[in-house]
Amino acid sequence: MGYQASFRVWRGDVTGGQLHDFTVPVNEGEVVLDIIHRLQATQAPDLAVRWNCKAGKCGSCSAEVNGMPRLMCMTRMSTFDQAETITVTPMRTFPVMRDLVTDVSFNYTKAREIQSFAPPADLAPGEYRMRQVDVERSQEFRKCIECFLCQNTCHAIRDHEDNKQSFAGPRFLMRIAELDMHPLDTADRQRAAQEEHGLGLCNITKCCTEVCPEHIKITDNALIPLKERVVDRKYDPLVWLGNKILRR
Amino acid sequence: MTTQIERHEYDVVVVGAGGAGLRAAIEAAEAGKRTAVISKSLFGKAHTVMAEGGIAAAMGNVNSADSWQVHFRDTMRGGKFLNNWRMAELHAQEAPQRVWELETYGALFDRTKDGTISQRNFGGHEYPRLAHVGDRTGLELIRTLQQKIVSLQQEDFAAHGDHEARLRVFAECTITELLLDTSAGATDVPTIAGAFGYRRETGDFLLFAAPAVILATGGIGKSFTVTSNSWEYTGDGHALALRAGASLINMEFIQFHPTGMVWPPSVKGVLVTESVRGDGGVLRNSEGTRFMFDYVPEVFRAQYADTEAEADRWYADQVDNKRPPELLPRDEVARAINAEVKAGRGSPHGGVFLDVSTRLPAAEIMRRLPSMHHQFKELADVDITAEPMEVGPTCHYVMGGVEVDPDTAQSRVPGLFAAGEVAGGMHGSNRLGGNSLSDLLVFGRRAGAGAAAYVDALGDDRPTITEADAEQASAAAVGPFERPDGESPYALHQELQQTMNDLVGIIRRADEIEQALHRLADLRKRAERVGARGGRHYHPGWHLALDLRNMLTVSECVAMAALERTESRGGHTRDDHPGMDTEWRQYLLTCVLRDGEVTITKQQQPPMRPDLLDLFEKAELAKYLTEPELTGHRKPGAGGGGTAAAAGTPEGHN
Repeated sequence: MGYQASFRVWRGDVTGGQLHDFTVPVNEGEVVLDIIHRLQATQAPDLAVRWNCKAGKCGSCSAEVNGMPRLMCMTRMSTFDQAETITVTPMRTFPVMRDLVTDVSFNYTKAREIQSFAPPADLAPGEYRMRQVDVERSQEFRKCIECFLCQNTCHAIRDHEDNKQSFAGPRFLMRIAELDMHPLDTADRQRAAQEEHGLGLCNITKCCTEVCPEHIKITDNALIPLKERVVDRKYDPLVWLGNKILRR
Repeated sequence: MTTQIERHEYDVVVVGAGGAGLRAAIEAAEAGKRTAVISKSLFGKAHTVMAEGGIAAAMGNVNSADSWQVHFRDTMRGGKFLNNWRMAELHAQEAPQRVWELETYGALFDRTKDGTISQRNFGGHEYPRLAHVGDRTGLELIRTLQQKIVSLQQEDFAAHGDHEARLRVFAECTITELLLDTSAGATDVPTIAGAFGYRRETGDFLLFAAPAVILATGGIGKSFTVTSNSWEYTGDGHALALRAGASLINMEFIQFHPTGMVWPPSVKGVLVTESVRGDGGVLRNSEGTRFMFDYVPEVFRAQYADTEAEADRWYADQVDNKRPPELLPRDEVARAINAEVKAGRGSPHGGVFLDVSTRLPAAEIMRRLPSMHHQFKELADVDITAEPMEVGPTCHYVMGGVEVDPDTAQSRVPGLFAAGEVAGGMHGSNRLGGNSLSDLLVFGRRAGAGAAAYVDALGDDRPTITEADAEQASAAAVGPFERPDGESPYALHQELQQTMNDLVGIIRRADEIEQALHRLADLRKRAERVGARGGRHYHPGWHLALDLRNMLTVSECVAMAALERTESRGGHTRDDHPGMDTEWRQYLLTCVLRDGEVTITKQQQPPMRPDLLDLFEKAELAKYLTEPELTGHRKPGAGGGGTAAAAGTPEGHN
């Protein structure tokens, strides 16, 4: 049952760092985060890692496992070959603080730039009436646990640091879509999505959807519909092309 | 050694950024107070996200017979009448407004056919009462409050050009000490003057000067091996309050949630929501028996079904049928599972079977319990739409906490407030599912308002921090680095968890608790020698070394109170004192620190107000109250049922 696994864990800080090799016991049913914790408890007491719930609900333990953006608590050791060396590195898109912990403040800055829910002025608390079928679309996006793996993966910022200013990233474009589809929200959000939050920079490669641990269909259900709503006002070549292809 | 300290001044400092902390901060900020929120984790990651089932509030959307009086009765029954009745009353009255308010912040709850907020059944609640979003209600709550705070910050940005002008979140910061003003002022007692802590990222120190501090730090579950709680639950607020001179009550009462995962070992303790049972799931032992029918205690006999047929009819017709015993309060179900496993009728991995697969169509399970499906599929390779889950009790919630004034949430220490799990009294000896999220909102708001009013009353006469106190706090915090070869905090933590789990767990005995107290005394000495090596930059070993002190103090309170209370009630089961004792109900055990040592005193409960007593049948009260206490009941033979529910107009109901 138990075996000795080979781990390579990136250790360092803002000034630089490197991969460190560890040999560490693994027991049946464990996940990558268990192994990181075992390293902390037995070999590297100051190994920095973020985590909270250990059940895929809080979105704290995001990292890259063998290059794939993952939640460490939901990555089971049984998915790897026992002989395989498992490499754990911090999310690449955000600046490293220490070891596996990155500075994700970019996301909190972006969150503040999105106009908040604008409640209807004529309804008092307790008077809200909405149909289940109408709230379900936004509810899908509110499943988001803010692990920021989609933000980490999206090449519009992963490979283009200079886009960080003008691009909110999939998580926060999805937040705009969520509010835009909220049955009682009164704000007009479509112009800002395009002009202030960089919706046009998304070229629907669906990388965000692929890494979402909550299996939210970010691209299909949030970003593309938002682009379609925007296109009424502004010409977007990708949507135009998409429509051309799909209608054939 | 002089260490640089980053200094801030606020009107109100909220320690903790879960549901209670964020709701308190919103209230304080809206009252015009400059407010700081200190969060051990990133903003939006608090343990509240783990709450699954829902928020209990008698809105009456699904069954219009519901009212605050019925909710109050259920809460008192669930807590075996040990609850602070005033808190239970305020909670039941105000919960609906707190839920409706969330909709104005942007929350999207599941709906009824009429378009109102849907409500689901839960253990101990007479009517469908829990507002919910599938089985991820806690996430909805935390995100909604987080987004409301962002919205307030946007307003401040528009007015002052600075998002953080009036309300600032200090993410990944830990408070290690509260600071007092002990100079005899208007009052003769020490008052809150601020708080000291560190930034987890850099290890730099933080000093907050503030006349009001609200503790909203949650619970203590990390002192146990098998727990549903995250690393943050190290009893910080409980210990900070004690060291500042406040009192804790009810520390012997710890809720073991009946259904935690039992396999694989690495997820042992992770929560399986009570909604599984609320929506039809049943518990079976290895012989296939629905064993809960054998565990209905006498006090609940009248409300729970005798046969499987009646229990099954209840889901469709709640008027003519009694409830399934799977929906007994959590303490009863946890003890029953424990007994079945001990009797050799457990599942292969030492739990029992929780089955929803034969009770609901797969599509319905996927709709109502999506995150449970996901959790079991990904972590245990179990498809809950096709096979039963294996579950067992897990340390989930501490009913005990800071003794507070029900209306203002202020502790014995002027300027120190507490709300949510860190506060005691509301839930008595056992909390009903769904009453936690509502507790956070109701008393979070009250703490925010209480702190704001306290600051207003102070005027310009603000307490001050002494440099000596700040230096002492700073020296204590760097302590572990002076012992680079000291003991490992991780090893010590494991021993502590094992001790509490084995000796002060779900079933307790005097000799075992005494043994635990000996071990805790030894661990406390060793904890003074734990060490950390290297820099202060994001150093989890150092963080744990500092948290250990709090866990040990709080564990001592739990063990001492558990030894003292020689009866079994709610979340405190004594094998050597199995019965519930009406005499004991009149007393709370209160912990304070005297010269650094935990001491316990027995404190009489205030008698329940007659109009609240009248909400119950006298016959039911007689099961819990002593004969002299019953004389307060003014309607012999009447009361209870629908008549009482119609007696008053619940605040804010429409």
